[in-house]
Parts: sequence; structure tokens; C-alpha cells
Amino acid sequence: MTYGPARALPGDQIRITTNPDTEPFWQAAKEGKLTACKCGDCGHFRMPPTAVCPECGSRAKEWPALPGTGTVFSYAICNKNPKNGEDYVYVPVVVDLDGAPGARLNANVSGCDAEDVHIGMKVTVDWTPIQDDWVLPNFKKA
Amino acid sequence: MAWANQDKCAIVGIGATDYYVRGKSWPRTINDMAAEAIMNACADAGISHKQIDGFSYYSTAGAGYLDKFDTASLMETLGMPHISWSATLTSGGGGCPGAIGLATAGLMNEDCTYSVTLMALQQLPQHRLGVVFGSAAPNPENSFLQPSGLVGPGHLMSVLARRHMHLYGTTQDAFGEVVMATRANTHNRPKAVRKEPLTKEQYDASVMLADPLRRLDFCLETDGAVAVITTTMDRAKDCRHKPAVVHAAAHGGQREWGRAFAWMGMPDPHFASSGHKFTADRVWAQSGLSAKDMDVALIYDHFSPMVLMQLEDYGFCEKGEGNDYVLSGKLRYDPATGKGVNGGIPVNTHGGNLNEAYIIGMTHIVEGVEQVRGTAINQVKDAEFALVSGGPASLPVSSLILRKD
Repeated sequence: MTYGPARALPGDQIRITTNPDTEPFWQAAKEGKLTACKCGDCGHFRMPPTAVCPECGSRAKEWPALPGTGTVFSYAICNKNPKNGEDYVYVPVVVDLDGAPGARLNANVSGCDAEDVHIGMKVTVDWTPIQDDWVLPNFKKA
Repeated sequence: MAWANQDKCAIVGIGATDYYVRGKSWPRTINDMAAEAIMNACADAGISHKQIDGFSYYSTAGAGYLDKFDTASLMETLGMPHISWSATLTSGGGGCPGAIGLATAGLMNEDCTYSVTLMALQQLPQHRLGVVFGSAAPNPENSFLQPSGLVGPGHLMSVLARRHMHLYGTTQDAFGEVVMATRANTHNRPKAVRKEPLTKEQYDASVMLADPLRRLDFCLETDGAVAVITTTMDRAKDCRHKPAVVHAAAHGGQREWGRAFAWMGMPDPHFASSGHKFTADRVWAQSGLSAKDMDVALIYDHFSPMVLMQLEDYGFCEKGEGNDYVLSGKLRYDPATGKGVNGGIPVNTHGGNLNEAYIIGMTHIVEGVEQVRGTAINQVKDAEFALVSGGPASLPVSSLILRKD
């Protein structure tokens, strides 16, 4: 199938909420820094951020700056904007984050045609402003 | 070790409303449909609905996706004099056959004598499952998924299917065969929504909704209600039909699956799976049986690739070999012999969620009961054991083995 350019969904249609466990991730994003929740004791990564490390039970969290690169683990190709049903080619990707083994982000990828996206493709973070002055990490083809 | 409650309880009554295309059940109310299903199930069992004293729900007692069952309201509606068991499995449709295990728990604990398990579904425009995820208000957890535009279940499942294709060379042809093989079972079913035979050309022409999945890989959106009655074996002997004996039942799952496609953090090989390995292993351990001992498999089919992945997780074939297993025709039911094809075990002899109706898994239990009673429309010859599955979904998923009495 031929789809053409993959685009991120419009940021002005996207809203998130946070809680004290997840907010440091989003605050870092506002500053253009991609992070992931890392256990302050055993160093295990987990995403989304949760209250307790599932490996060791520690409540200590660290938010290291990651390289902002990753690898496509899987994806789908969608062709309708879910907010309004209009034709809109976007590619949701599940991305393995470099520097944070086991941590993934779900995002959109751009910078290539949708049909060229593939598992194993290298991507780099691409920030999308969204509602309420938050910033969403999307990705573009590296 | 065999399950302590093996063969101690049985499903004795099955009842349903008509099945309606999404939204077409209006102006019936959801409680009207639920009540009809319960009364039909009781009539089938040969008991009065006023003898029901237990409710064993799943899907967190959901009735569809936005409505909720409430035991007190159902008592008020149906006039049951007292209730001594009211419980639900959590999460969603994955718990459907597991709710029969829940019923068994209530019965074996002598909390109740006749338990009903129930689903009613009415997908008015604002209630469509396909939009429920996407229209859910953002919360801190789904804020890590929703913004990607993975909003419908089909979007989510397509990502798992893609990984399976990547790891094992699985083809869309196999997804199509799942749909075609089970469609072939509905031509003689009066209540089925999709009865016309499906050709490969028609499947290939089906619109791509979430590549690699086509519209026909998605299950039906239907309205209706289904109820089943579970009781103890001693009471079951006095019911109208041969008991469908609860031989094994399990719900749950393992951490690597967890919230599954609401999370997308599953490591390989769990990511490209149905998340059923844990409960599959439990029912095999409870029963001492394995996939090859099943006579018919009623596999939850909200999306065609998830049938293929369940066949792997239950051991009908090896992990990664689902594509070849499916394409060799082994899901098919041969009406001439009443058996499977090419050494396979017939799957979804009722047409499943993809073709007959989608009442969040309950139709699979009904078909399992009819198969071991020997009264199914597409009867598998000498069927002794029927496997019923619920999910893939966020945990718990569940598994049930019914045995002929």
C-alpha cells in the first residue's frame, strides 16, 4: 500500500494529565530533555513512571537525560485522524529508548513515508507542543 | 495436580436475546435485554429466575462499555428474593470464561446455589467500544498512549500483529483465513449477523483500518444479551439438559503481559502473543489435558490475529508456527464428517465474534455448552472437551474447559 508522508497528529488536539509520579517526565519534556523513570536504587527503568520499582520495591526515582534516540519496536499505519475522522496518515510507533533498557514510548513518527517505516528503524526525538503548554515527545526518522 | 473443584459444577442453562447490529436494539433497554437473557437461561435450565441467588460477573460488572450491572437493580427488576453471592472479575472481556470459575468459587463455598453470568451490550453511538478508549478523558496513565493516536482496540492490536509478522513471518493471508474459516460456520445459523461465505478476494478488498489489519479482521459491533447459569453437579442432574461440566477454569496472567496493549511494554516473546500462556498452562495443569485433547476450541476473536496467537499460547501449534497452522486449514470444521480438517481442531464453530455476534465473549461459552451437550448447530462429532477463552486484554484473561457429562 502507498500512504505518503507520515505526520504526527496535530498537537493542538492532544491533552495529557499528570500526577506526582509522572510529572517529572513531562517537566523534562518541556525543557527539551527526554528522560525515563529510573530506579534510584537498582537502576531498573520503567515506563510509564509508577510509584514503586517493580524489581526492587524502592520508591527512589531518578530522571536521567537520555540521548533522545531510539529504535522502532513495532508500529501501525493509520489513515484517519481519530479526533475528527478526517483523512490523515499517521504512524503510531512503539519505540525502545536508547540508554533506558526496557523503557518504551508510544508516539508518532514523521520524516518519511508511512510505508517506509519498519521495525528496527532508528528514530530521534521530535518535540510537539500540545495543549496546556505541555510538550510531547514524538519521533522522526534518524 | 488436578483441580480440587474439577467436575463439581456445571453450566445448566444458556439464554440469549436476538443479536442486533450496533445500536439497532433500541428502544429496548439494556436491562430489558439482560432480563430476557436471564429468563431464557433459567427456562433452558428448567428453574425459575427467582431461584437465582448468585451473580458472577466479569468486566468489572460492566454491561457493555459505559453501563454497569448492579445486582440490587437486577433483583428489583426480576424479583429475586435474596442474593448470597455477588462478585466480579476485574478488567474487561478477558475475564468472560473466567467468570464461570468465579461462579464455581461461590458454589463450592456454599454461598449460592444457582449463579448467573451475564453480559448485555448496547452500543449506542456514544457507547461504541471502538471510540471508548479514544474518548476517555486523559489520565496520567493513558497520557503515555492516547497521544500516539492508538485509540481504538484495532489500532492497539495491529501493533502486536505487526511484531508477530516481523518475528515469525506471519502473513495477512493467515489473518484472512481465520476470518474465512469461521465465516464458513455461520451460513446455517439463523441469528448470525454475517452469514454470506467470504472469498479471499473479498477479504483482500476489505478496507485497511489499521495496517496490517482490515475491517474484516475486526469483530462485529453488535447489541444483545447472553446469560448462563452455573450450579453444583448434584443440582445439575435435575436440570433439563445434560450438564456442561466445569472441568477446569482459570483467570489471571503474568506480569510481562500486564496491561498489555494499554501499555506496550511487554518484552518479547510476550509482546507478539495473546497473553494467554499463563492461564493456558493453568487449565492444562488443572486437567492433565493438552490442546490435542480438545474436540473444539472457542477462541475469543475480537481481532483475527489474536486467534492465531492464542492457538500458539494454548499449544495447538508451536510459538511462531501459527501462520502455517492456520493456512493449512486446521481451524476449519467439516460438516460432512463433523470433525476438523487436516488433523486440526475446529475453531469457533459458531462463527465467533467476527461473524456471528460480539457479546464480549459470552457466545463462546454458549457454543461450548451446546457442543458438549451434543446440540450445537455445527456439532463436532462425539465432542467431549471444549476449550473456551477470553481475551487478549489487560489482565485477567481467562480459560475454561467444559466436559461432556
